[in-house]
Order: sequence, then structure tokens, then C-alpha cells
Amino acid sequence: MTQHLDRREFIQLAGLTTAGIAGVVFSSGLRGVSLAAAKNRAEDFMFLQMSDLHWGFTGPAVNPDAEVTLDKAIAHVNTLPRQPDFIAFTGDLTHTTDDPQERRKRLAHVRDAVAKLKVKAHHYLAGEHDASLDQGEAFKEFFGKTHYTFDHKGVHFIVLDNVSDPKGMLGDEQLQWLRADLKKLDKDAPIVVLTHRPLFDLAPDWDWTTADGAAAMEALMPYEYVTVFYGHIHQEHHQMTGHIPHHAAKGLMFALPAPHSVPKKTPIPWDAANPYGGLGFRSVQAKDAGDDYALTEWAVEKS
Amino acid sequence: MKRIVKITAFVVLAAGMAAGWHRLATAAVSAGAEQVVHMTAKKFEYTPNQITLKKGVPVVLEITALDRDHGFKIPELGVRADLKSGQVRRVRIVPDRTGTFEFRCDVFCGSGHEDMSGEIVVVD
Repeated sequence: MTQHLDRREFIQLAGLTTAGIAGVVFSSGLRGVSLAAAKNRAEDFMFLQMSDLHWGFTGPAVNPDAEVTLDKAIAHVNTLPRQPDFIAFTGDLTHTTDDPQERRKRLAHVRDAVAKLKVKAHHYLAGEHDASLDQGEAFKEFFGKTHYTFDHKGVHFIVLDNVSDPKGMLGDEQLQWLRADLKKLDKDAPIVVLTHRPLFDLAPDWDWTTADGAAAMEALMPYEYVTVFYGHIHQEHHQMTGHIPHHAAKGLMFALPAPHSVPKKTPIPWDAANPYGGLGFRSVQAKDAGDDYALTEWAVEKS
Repeated sequence: MKRIVKITAFVVLAAGMAAGWHRLATAAVSAGAEQVVHMTAKKFEYTPNQITLKKGVPVVLEITALDRDHGFKIPELGVRADLKSGQVRRVRIVPDRTGTFEFRCDVFCGSGHEDMSGEIVVVD
């Protein structure tokens, strides 16, 4: 049950352009209920979502600065006035390659590049470019498990892997693991799900879906305060499934067109007048015990 | 009866396939007219990748994956099948409406995966 909300009902967008801020989304009021009323209170905190780095991609028409884009974004993160508690990398750290050795070289490059971030607390997800050709084998060597949970200041984070299976699905085993994890939680526990692909059918013909995502959503639906952050589609996107909001992040290598806005999904060409347009990262500030998230979209470079 | 049993050997339709297609498929088998289109799948192309079919005439796509596992999906028609490397997969469809329908690989297969697609054109 996915519903499209009127954008005015869903977000308030402030078009801030200073200091490399591309925009701010306040997701308060998504549910019309404050989690402050819930017994599981979380503390205020902030984390970053960096997604779709695609290290190894080459395509001058799309990003002639491919080799420096990530470094520029990292430099910007390091200058943010408030440093995040942690950074979540929501998949496609590398661009795919058929060569297992080259895949490891790319993963190693990303590992070394992100080591330059001031904030050292990182949580990694794989994307299909990282993991689908070897079922996550190389990714795990560098970044560990592909599905796991962690808790931060009262919020329960669930990292789902819908990419190690090249069919773009979670699989029965992971779904059982998810259900077992959720079973331990109160229904009003603040939950954040991190995943690469959308868990709903955004555009299945563009591969913007998770084959068994509906089963995950069914498991999450009884919980009052669930928010999903994902990548894969290389653009900011917000959608509700029932009471659960899904927020897609921009990528850090190339932008993709809005769903079904063009006949064929291809990267948006580089605009010399607006370099790095459509690229960026996001900060997520958890307020009021995890129900009220302020999403700030940051450009690659600090302006 | 044998024909009906034979249907179960086909990979046909994923769980959300339109009920109308399924019904038409059964009816068309009874009529006995059926054609076979041989296809291959390899990184990152199907051959042929343009297939013209006649509305209402059942067809079996016999698809052989030559180099590795691939997928075959026609999103608009709710049709999908796994293509195992070296094996022939039979995908039976009965085009019940005219139009152009894209098919594509939905098993991530490498750098050209996004471009591994083709079209079925259904004409009167």
C-alpha cells in the first residue's frame, strides 16, 4: 500500500543556497503524531547519508570530475559546522566491474578515501554494483556484514541487504531475520531502516524496486515510528507507504532522471554551468525522540 | 489434457501476472496454434532483441543463457523467468493486446546490465 502524498502535505522545502546547502526538508508532521508521546524516547542527534559513490565510474559527458568528486564531498563534510554522530553509506560505493581484483581495488580506494573523514563512525551498505556479481564477497572483506542492526541514542537502525542477491531481493532468510529482530521491539520504538534499493515499487521497469520489498514493509507496518532511507536512484525522493516515509538520497557520481520522466533511464549529462548539479549528500537530524527528522541536502562543494 | 500438463512445465508468469493473460493462455493452448521463437541471452544482449508477435497467437520463447545466469522480465505484462547458464528456458506468452513491450534482464550481470533489453511488438 504505497500512497503518493501531495508534496505540500509531505514536506516544507526551504531553498537555502548558502554554504553549499541545496535544500532542507522537514519531515515533521509526516505522521501527525509526536514520538515524544511514545515511551521509547530517543535523544536528539545527527547523522549523514552518503550514497552511490560509484568509485571507478568513467564517463566525461556525465561527470568529467569523477576522480575528485568524492574527495570534494569529503572535504565539505569535514567543514560542516556540526559534525555528525556517524555516517551511513547507502550502497554502490563502487561502480561495477567484472574483474574481482579491480573490484577490490575500488573498494580499497573508497575505504582509504573515507578514512579522511573527521568522523570515524561509519556504517556501510552494499549496492548492486558492489555486491551482486559475487554475492557480497569482496564487499564483506572490506566493510563487513551486509545486513545488521545497531542502536544509536534510542533509535534502532536496521540495515537491509537487497543487492547481494543479483535478483535484487532480500530473500527468505533475511526476511526471517528481520521479523525476529522486530519482534524484540515495542511497537512504538523509533526505527530507521537503511537500504540501497527502494523497498516499494517506485519504478520496477527501471529496476527501482526490491522484488520482495513488500514482505519487509508488511513486517515493518505494525511499528509506529519507522523511517526508511535509501539510495540507488541518484536523486532526492520522498514517498509514503502507509505511515512509513521513504527518503532517497542524491548520489555522488552522477544524477539520474525522475522516475519515468524520460523513455529510457540514463545518467543526466554534466552541466558546465552547474557543476555537480544533482549530486550531494544529506544530513539527518533526529529531533523529538526520533519522529521528527530534519533532512538537509548538501551540495558536493561548499559554496 | 496433455497440453494442460505441459503448461506447468513452462515458466510463465510471476505472481502478479494479470489473470486475463493466464486465462487467455489456457484458451489459446486449446486452440493448438503455437509458435516458437529461439532466443539467446549473454552479456549484455538478447538475440533477437526485437520480436514481432501477432495478437492472440500464443508463442513460446525458448531462451538460452550462453555465458552466465540472466533474467528475463516483461514488466508491463508481469512476466519473468530465471535464465540459468547453459539451459534452455521456455517462456510462454499469449499477446492479448497490441503495443510495444520492453523486456529486460533483471538479474544483475555486470557493467552493461542496464542496457540488456529488447522489445516485443504485438500487432493485429
